[in-house]
Amino acid sequence: MRFVAVTSCPTGIAHTYMAAESLEQAAKAAGHEIAVETQGAAGSTPLTARQIAEADAVVFAADVDVRDRARFAGKPLVTGGVKAAINDGARLIAEAEAAAERGAGAAADPAPGAGPELATKVEAGAGAGTRLRQWLMTGVSYMIPFVAAGGILIAVAFLLGGAEIAAVVNGGEFGGVTYEGISDPSDLLAQAGIAGVLFKIGTTAFEMLVPILSGFIAFGMADRPGIAPGVVGGLLASAIGAGFLGGLVSGLLAGAVVLGLKRVPVPRGVAGVMPVVVIPLLATLVVGVLMVVVVGEPIAAAQGALTGWLSGLSGGTAWLLGALLGLMMAFDMGGPVNKVAYTFGLAALASGDTVIMAAVMAAGMTPPLGLALATVLRRRLFTKSERDAGKAAWLLGASFITEGAIPFAAADPFRIIPSLMVGSATTGALSVVFAATSPAPHGGIWVVGLIGHPLLYLLAVAIGAVVTCACVLVAKSVGRPRAAETTTSTTPAGQPVTV
Amino acid sequence: MAELITTDLVDLDLAGTGREEVTADLAGRLAAAGRVTDLDGFLADLRKREEQMPTGLEGGIGIPHARSAHVTEPTLAFGRSESGVDFGAADGPAHLIFLIAAPEGGGDEHMTILGSLARRLVHESFRQSLHAAPDADAVVELVRKEVLGQ
Repeated sequence: MRFVAVTSCPTGIAHTYMAAESLEQAAKAAGHEIAVETQGAAGSTPLTARQIAEADAVVFAADVDVRDRARFAGKPLVTGGVKAAINDGARLIAEAEAAAERGAGAAADPAPGAGPELATKVEAGAGAGTRLRQWLMTGVSYMIPFVAAGGILIAVAFLLGGAEIAAVVNGGEFGGVTYEGISDPSDLLAQAGIAGVLFKIGTTAFEMLVPILSGFIAFGMADRPGIAPGVVGGLLASAIGAGFLGGLVSGLLAGAVVLGLKRVPVPRGVAGVMPVVVIPLLATLVVGVLMVVVVGEPIAAAQGALTGWLSGLSGGTAWLLGALLGLMMAFDMGGPVNKVAYTFGLAALASGDTVIMAAVMAAGMTPPLGLALATVLRRRLFTKSERDAGKAAWLLGASFITEGAIPFAAADPFRIIPSLMVGSATTGALSVVFAATSPAPHGGIWVVGLIGHPLLYLLAVAIGAVVTCACVLVAKSVGRPRAAETTTSTTPAGQPVTV
Repeated sequence: MAELITTDLVDLDLAGTGREEVTADLAGRLAAAGRVTDLDGFLADLRKREEQMPTGLEGGIGIPHARSAHVTEPTLAFGRSESGVDFGAADGPAHLIFLIAAPEGGGDEHMTILGSLARRLVHESFRQSLHAAPDADAVVELVRKEVLGQ
């Protein structure tokens, strides 16, 4: 059999290495192969992804926390103290044999008292670009279920409750009627019906997009201690209106800060509380302050400037304005620039101009639609989780839920975002040229009955989606091949093993 | 880098019978050799480690050890006790005592040497040779050969 082991002790100069030697001897004597990671003072050579993937069982001989134990999620596990390994390595090896034979189905929980381990998609020893993409993919893979669940619930809410459901729940004006909104969730069912309840659930799920994205990017970078600063940074990114791009920033920032703090040498005695208390506390503080003070102010200022600039353009060439709004809608999908464009559409609607609103909505529908089309046409350019996100993206795009494109954009922003902007600009311009109108600020194709020139409007959306798709496929084909998920093995739990 | 062990860091006939006494005796040799700058401080660091969990191992081994700011060079002091010294192992007192001293900010190279020393301690043949060593020179020779491969 093949085993991997981690040894670690408080001082990190003696028992760690004695335990490693003892396990190696015992495994050899029993005719097994073993690779041991000594997490001691001499630094440790991490086990490779392949070694962990190929191991039949994992042995922890440790008196202090095993670092990065998430790598071993789903593997049959045997744990003991370093002394047990030194005094009787053969017994631990025999236990590892037994655990391997029981199979991964009986995999022990690596952390006594802790929940099931999470998995990341990050491979050790990968290049900088690859690592960055894997960090982002880790965040995206945890975010996708929120996009799918929240987006579909919102779409169904529009389907059942009509375009006004958003105004009924959140307050605001729709079709000349002003709604107060429903502040107490227990009143939802009575006042807004099942559609209102679904809308509330869906939007709540959407509120988690950026925090989850940010938190799990940080997790991918810095393991478990990254989650708290990442999630809090993401919540703040939402609060300051920085959208998912802000979430990318806060996630990467949180991961980097935690990685930096992990490098600070501390006495091994207190190393145990570092990942639980000290690191999350300091990292959350640092990331939070940066997000609020350094990132928040400029975003608010930029939004103000953009809004003023757009208003100045109102008298200009109409189709150019449509194209510009399209660019903005697709730039950050719910972020500050998108918000400016959407708010501009709402303001136009309030002053009786329904053409702008139609262009804004159409341009917000094409990103998910174009990506969904791309995942169908060229499956191999996308990871499995992206293809899954593509299935939901059809419905999300059709419902004017631009967030359906975020998983793709967050995983590969420099290829995806420009592609989406081109498609949305096309649609925005066409919608204006076709003189389509919309009195509804939400709803996508579910409010097509209210749209002026509906067939031409749908044509504009379709053309933009095709343009988006074409740009995405070209951009994705340029540069590296994408085979991210074919190289990671899968544990019985169905999760990619951390590497 | 200085030698890991020299003959004046070997005591093949430890006089003491208590853990503290024997540890202090070996640590005193480190201080005398100029490898420990503050004997009391170093002893306190050793005691702190020993309190976390006794360093005795089955097979009559005791390995008091610490990373300490008072240590200048990674060093091994070796003592042999006929009567045995209790280091908290379940199967009885220790006859071979290895005092391992590591500088607090020791680099990887230092630590790697101590790591390979620790790995040798597990080997029964190494222990047997140390039991049989006739004098301090033999011990130094043995460590040099087995740990450093020289």
